Amino acid sequence: MTLTDLMTILPLAVLVAWTTALLLVDLWIPKDRKGITALLAAFGLALTLGLSLARGQQPRQAFGGMVVVDGFAVFLDVIFLASGLASIALAHDYLKRMNIVRGEYYSLLLYAISGMMLMTYAYDLIIVFLALELLSIPLYILSGFVRLNLRSEEAALKYFLLGTFSSGLVLYGIALIFAATARTDLPGILAAVELAPANLTMFLVGGALLLVGFSFKGAIVPFHEWAPDVYQGAPSSVTAFMSVGAKAAGFAALMRVFVVAFPSLSTDLTPVLWGLAAVTMVFGNIVALAQTNLKRLLAYSSIAQSGYLMMAFVPYGQGIVLSDTIAAMLFFLVGYALTTLGAWAVVIAVEKAEGRGLELQDYAGLGRKYPLLGAAMTVFMLSFIGAPPTLGFWGKFYLFRTAVEGGFTSLALLGLVASIFSAYYYLRVVVMMFMRPGEPEARRDPWLVLTAGVSALAVVGFSLVPGSLLNLALQAVLKLL
Amino acid sequence: MLTTGTIIFGVFALVVIASALGMLLSRNAIYAALFLVLNFATVAVLYLILGAPFIALVQITVYAGSIMVLFLFVIMLLGAEKLPAGEPLGHHRWIALLFGLVFLAELALFLVYRAGMRAAVNTPPLEFGSPAAVGMSLFQKYALPFEITGFILVVATVGAILLTRGEGFKGRKRTLEIQSQDK
Repeated sequence: MTLTDLMTILPLAVLVAWTTALLLVDLWIPKDRKGITALLAAFGLALTLGLSLARGQQPRQAFGGMVVVDGFAVFLDVIFLASGLASIALAHDYLKRMNIVRGEYYSLLLYAISGMMLMTYAYDLIIVFLALELLSIPLYILSGFVRLNLRSEEAALKYFLLGTFSSGLVLYGIALIFAATARTDLPGILAAVELAPANLTMFLVGGALLLVGFSFKGAIVPFHEWAPDVYQGAPSSVTAFMSVGAKAAGFAALMRVFVVAFPSLSTDLTPVLWGLAAVTMVFGNIVALAQTNLKRLLAYSSIAQSGYLMMAFVPYGQGIVLSDTIAAMLFFLVGYALTTLGAWAVVIAVEKAEGRGLELQDYAGLGRKYPLLGAAMTVFMLSFIGAPPTLGFWGKFYLFRTAVEGGFTSLALLGLVASIFSAYYYLRVVVMMFMRPGEPEARRDPWLVLTAGVSALAVVGFSLVPGSLLNLALQAVLKLL
Repeated sequence: MLTTGTIIFGVFALVVIASALGMLLSRNAIYAALFLVLNFATVAVLYLILGAPFIALVQITVYAGSIMVLFLFVIMLLGAEKLPAGEPLGHHRWIALLFGLVFLAELALFLVYRAGMRAAVNTPPLEFGSPAAVGMSLFQKYALPFEITGFILVVATVGAILLTRGEGFKGRKRTLEIQSQDK
């Protein structure tokens, strides 16, 4: 380990050091002033964000090729860090209201973000596995943060058991790949498959196990069983972060590992990926039709969104469309992150203690009593459907376009039909807010309103200049190592 | 041909199998744990015979040492040695039996079909897996993973304390939050 190595991953190193210091400093912060901890955590994230942006996108390897920092990693890091900032804003008031104020909340959140950043840097399967654990373990703990609430405890236990199970599958896959190629670094694996006679059956099984393990993390049907219960049981501020961060990190790892090391598997895996994407889109949207609890509705909606994301992954073996499809995925992730965090901000504003205020009826009249909140929620629902003028529209547009370019027109059509179906349950929320009488009580915490407002403005604002955001994503992909 | 090495290996291998069986068959949790200690320690000797002193010592310190102490603590604190002796598996024993038979059949098939295809394993160099070599590898090539593992352990410790030792939960009851209509 040299100083150059450390400088290459400086943002991550600073974040981890800051978080560990925060864990200690928090001990001296009195219980009724944990806002200071939140502020310090936010400052750490902002500092890391600044360092990430300042170091630029020039690809650089460190630690003997174990990690790489490139445009792809920096782009995703910005998403993770910004989502982290937003979820601190969501958590601050929510924790107080739910009577679960603990300073460790913020440290655990920051550790999870460190894991996600590490995941984007990972260039060796050992780092991929460790990053997966570093991001998962804090999330298991945060899901069970509402002590003595059975739903939260169930969420934590379920997430933990299925999460460790999927980690086991990832590890087994890594072991098989190592057995087949005698390498764990991604370029080494590629070289071993191309040059030396590696054991290809073993290699394929290993790759498939990795795919299954990460599909668990990304809640891809049929590995999604944990998601609705965990999303419902966990504190809403955690769910908001989890549904953005954990999902994006899972897809980042899939993209990096499969594109760099497993292009040879694409002929075998393309039909499987096609099937996963199709089933996830259709299943997520159909089950969401029947939900009346907002947290469960958003959980199934996030499963459906994973299906669209998976679409970007189907043509990963085709060199010509590869950079387009990765850029489309990054673009979609930006839209998804903004929309999801904003929608959860509204849900948290309406949610009451003891799980009340989460049913669809509780939103009756919201649009009339709180026009701004109602307008913001309408924007998020439209963005989830993929209707213009929102970022969700352009996200799906670019995804479907690359799917067609890759020769998967039927998949794009399926996605289009699924989106049209999804309009039913998303619009039901809007109808409830504006056309049904009711006297809802929403929390007017400035940070919540700020998060919802900024997200809504960004979702609409960026949709007016989608080309420049897509260019950013494309540039990031060009600096992909 | 019976060399001294083979005889020593045979004796310890028998002890390994016998202690594993003893652990499975003893009803008393303490005896089972003690059989497990014997098993771990003998496996460590087998590692020594194979020329892997580092793994042998790790086996003793980690498994026979700390993990066993943890087991004994759990047995002691939970009073597991006083549990009524019943059949813990119930109807699962038939499934267990089925899986056991499948595994046995797989082993037998492997012996029958693959017996002639044994390949000689290259003997690794003498310093392979020596403590010095492991240390060099761990703190140079794998320095970053080593550090990350440290942070993962910190997170796990914080979580364990947080989820079991929460302040201000005394006297509060477990609740399933009230919902107007669920399911």
